[in-house]
Amino acid sequence: MDALQEIVIARFNYWVYVVLMMIGLHAMITKNNLIKKLIGMSIFQTAIILFFVSVGVKEGATIPIVSHHGHEEVAGEAGHHGEGGGPAHGADEIDPDDHENPLPHVLMLTAIVVGVATLGVGLAVSQKIYREYGSLEENEILEAMRSTDG
Amino acid sequence: MKTLGFIVVAVIGALLIYAEGDFPAWGDPQSPASQHAISRHFISQAMSETAVPNMVTAVLADYRGYDTMFETVVIFTAGIAIIGILGMARLTDRESLEPMSETEPADRDMIVINTCRLLIPVMQLFAFYVVAHGHHSPGGGFQGGVILGVSFILWAIARDLPTALRGIRPRRMIFLAALGVVIYAGTGALSLAMDAKLLDYSALQGFLPPAPAGALPSEIMARSHGMLVVEVGVAFTVSAIMFGIYTYLSSMGRLKGGF
Repeated sequence: MDALQEIVIARFNYWVYVVLMMIGLHAMITKNNLIKKLIGMSIFQTAIILFFVSVGVKEGATIPIVSHHGHEEVAGEAGHHGEGGGPAHGADEIDPDDHENPLPHVLMLTAIVVGVATLGVGLAVSQKIYREYGSLEENEILEAMRSTDG
Repeated sequence: MKTLGFIVVAVIGALLIYAEGDFPAWGDPQSPASQHAISRHFISQAMSETAVPNMVTAVLADYRGYDTMFETVVIFTAGIAIIGILGMARLTDRESLEPMSETEPADRDMIVINTCRLLIPVMQLFAFYVVAHGHHSPGGGFQGGVILGVSFILWAIARDLPTALRGIRPRRMIFLAALGVVIYAGTGALSLAMDAKLLDYSALQGFLPPAPAGALPSEIMARSHGMLVVEVGVAFTVSAIMFGIYTYLSSMGRLKGGF
């Protein structure tokens, strides 16, 4: 029971990403239709995004945005904090354990955009292929290519 | 082929699940990614070094400025590639962009069109807010740019493609996308011209009025404002390319037809 909790419950995010990624990989490898391959690629990318974002999570931490209400009030709050026994280093002292890791969020923000861009280019190429060969099935396209070559 | 593919997927999946035991548990504050010095530096110092409370924006536009600059170039290139693949001829062919008839198409729903008419200005206003307020709340150039692009796409869906394209012609679309890249790279080059490193916005403090007593020094505020400028550039590129991708894909490059 402890082992189950250790491997499955505490690391559920990795199970989700592995399962999603394998669904995407399976679609990319075995599907015959180009659009289905692109859908697989999108699922694969989503799995990576989930993985990275889940790595950035910290228990007991909030979003990576410093709460602030204008500079003067921040300074006042910090002074108040100092009276309460907290570290009185002024408003600039921010405990890294209070905020989630911003780095995975940044990386995935750009990865999402690149995902959309690659998906768009992939769909454009598929449309061009469809216009050229009248099909999106891989075997039919290969057949049509061979017959035009020979 | 299908069995082979399934076996390959199953083996890779099993390997990944096996490796998963070495990963830190969910939400573990002691995980290597959270304990790494660079992550801790970003969280604790971003506010005092850049005056930007949203660390994601600070890392995106300042600390990792190169990454984001070439990200913008990637989007721009993808847009150009799609337009190149699906019909370059339409760019010069102005006649083909005119709607088929000036009258409203009969099958367009009046309720849909009027709802969009009310909704789109609000969406666009919200997009500008997301771009401009990206320092202080969740948001930024990418997100705001996508919202702005989607508002044009909504108009194209509610009416028809030529009507939406009368506002932003493909030529102007490419110009706006390129303008965004130029704004971003230009900000970087400007700091280079001010004898600093590329994309080091603190060198741009000469453009700001001198900081009043008690406020943050102007080299810190320059980083905050420099980020705003590059985010606006990103928003230009993303919104133009989003709309470009939609228009070209939905009409197979003909830029006509229902959607």
